[in-house]
Amino acid sequence: MRYLFRRFLHAIFLLLGVSILSFIFTALAPGNYFDEMRLNPQISPDTVTALRAHYGVDRPIVVRYARWLSSVAHGDLGFSFAYNSPAAPLLWARAWNTLLLTFTATLISWLIALPLGIWSAERKGRVSDVAITSATGLLLAMPDLLLALGLLILAVRTGWFPTGGMVSVGSESLSWFSRIRDLILHMALPVTALVLSTLPLLVRHVRSAMSEVLGAGFLRAAQAHGIPRRTILYRYALPAAAHPLISLFGFSIGALLSGSLIVEVVMSWPGLGPLLLEAILARDLYLVIGGVMLSTIFLVTGNFIADLLLYWADPRIRTS
Amino acid sequence: MNARRKLVLLLTLLGAAHLVIACAGFCAPYDPTAQDRDRPYAPPMRVHWIDSNAKFHARPFVYAQQLREGSFDEYVSDTSHPIPLNFFVSGAPYKLIGLIPMRVHFFGAEGDGAPIFIFGSDAYGRDLFSRMLYGGQISLLAGLLATALALSCGLLIGALAGFFGGRTDDILMRVAELFLALPWLYLLFAIRAFLPLAVSPLQAFFLVVVLIGTVGWARPARLIRGVVLSAKERDYVRAARGFGATNIYLLRRHIFPQTWSVVLTQAAILVPQYVLAEVTLSFLGLGVPEPAPSWGNILSSLQQYSVLSSYWWMFLPSVAIVCFFLGYLALASALQDAADKSKI
Repeated sequence: MRYLFRRFLHAIFLLLGVSILSFIFTALAPGNYFDEMRLNPQISPDTVTALRAHYGVDRPIVVRYARWLSSVAHGDLGFSFAYNSPAAPLLWARAWNTLLLTFTATLISWLIALPLGIWSAERKGRVSDVAITSATGLLLAMPDLLLALGLLILAVRTGWFPTGGMVSVGSESLSWFSRIRDLILHMALPVTALVLSTLPLLVRHVRSAMSEVLGAGFLRAAQAHGIPRRTILYRYALPAAAHPLISLFGFSIGALLSGSLIVEVVMSWPGLGPLLLEAILARDLYLVIGGVMLSTIFLVTGNFIADLLLYWADPRIRTS
Repeated sequence: MNARRKLVLLLTLLGAAHLVIACAGFCAPYDPTAQDRDRPYAPPMRVHWIDSNAKFHARPFVYAQQLREGSFDEYVSDTSHPIPLNFFVSGAPYKLIGLIPMRVHFFGAEGDGAPIFIFGSDAYGRDLFSRMLYGGQISLLAGLLATALALSCGLLIGALAGFFGGRTDDILMRVAELFLALPWLYLLFAIRAFLPLAVSPLQAFFLVVVLIGTVGWARPARLIRGVVLSAKERDYVRAARGFGATNIYLLRRHIFPQTWSVVLTQAAILVPQYVLAEVTLSFLGLGVPEPAPSWGNILSSLQQYSVLSSYWWMFLPSVAIVCFFLGYLALASALQDAADKSKI
């Protein structure tokens, strides 16, 4: 339990550190939302000054940070100038969509990567292993941006999948079954892009972790006992190889979040990515900080889940 | 020996590819900003050896393309008008590697007749092939410089943390963890958000380089710290210290040489990542702006639905990106193998 508590504290400190870091960057940055407003001849300088005072932008950074922390405590995550509303509702609405995408992609890519990696490790050096290794090598060189664009071009030219967005026009009037079908069709492309971009890394790691375990004596003993190959691979070898893979799970969430940022923008999926991009272009600083914080929370949560899994899977951690 | 040969082969291939990009002026037939307003979105031209009369030509040629009457993006090939591909032709002036003024291009059309667009042209009738080569100059240079920056920061910080240990180590590694904890594209975006938006191409270029370098120092720093930690406990390092060697001498003479293999492998891993970072930023309009070509802003026209649906060849420059990434990935794994071998 001490281990989990320590990991939890660590996560909290990490979040605090990230928020302080973002505030320092805002303070260093030249120009802000109100500077652009000042260029607008229709808005008087007095109004801008009043607005600045209203939002507390003219205060020193420590005061701003304290205010922001209190707004986080109230569940607001700061205030968006451009939308003139607290940032949290804006962010949450988008965050669910991002989560939907990354969660599905994580699930699918692990479901594919595990059997593929195990199969490849078991047949090391044979044609199928070489084929898988070279295919993953090729995929590894395809950045998510290009994958997303390529898939989009494919979709446009074949018309098999809807291009962009999350729902079709007029989908509100459909029955819930066709609405889900509609959603899945829209999700297909971004999820495929994300899965393809994370898959090679996962397969490679599963393969190397498994091939390290496969030579072990206890597996040969199990084989000598006449235990079926499949049971040996999945029940005996996989848990022994789990440790690095669980750490990779935490890391893969970070990679997926970054990947989903760009995939969302390319495929106009209404997630955090497009919102963040808009906020950057509008210099809506608190929204940007909120977006970054939210993505960090996801990542930290992912790592914490990985720690929990590790605690559950590895007896050495439980006893130490 | 086999691994060594593989490494040499990869380095030669990558070096050649970089040379092509560095000499973009020579390899590209046109200036990347030269516009041909009569030929927007011209499709890629096929290079022929056999003409419509089934006659073989030793010199490859393309057919001139003309806009179809009354259309703005449909082209017809004029089979009565072959343009032979000439090599080492004189064309638009450029500076080789930014220094030597030249006019000779590797290939092109003789005279100033119809242009040769082997990768097609973009909305302004600019040659996509030339833009791809010139764009590589910006994207690759940004990636290489950012890698150099991130690695030197990482080397410095990692060496300090590992060598001095104690509180310095604690503080530096906590900060590194912060940088590692963030999904790094988000971090890159966030820092970009706080910097001015409208900047000149040159400023934007250096902005992107510094940005990527500042975001990326943490991972190499951690790895190098690990190497330094084990290196400083070696007997010969202790012996040198016993003989009164200064810290600077120890670092320079005994510690840094130990980090070489890690630094090289990291470089091969980081360069494609940072090139991709530049491509992504420019793709979203946060990096190097038009009219200067970069791989990112060439691809960014695909954000328009009409381009995506009708002009697929705007995707062709990504071929160059994938080729470079493949090369760097193979290099990284070859270096890793070499490092593992030398350990045993």
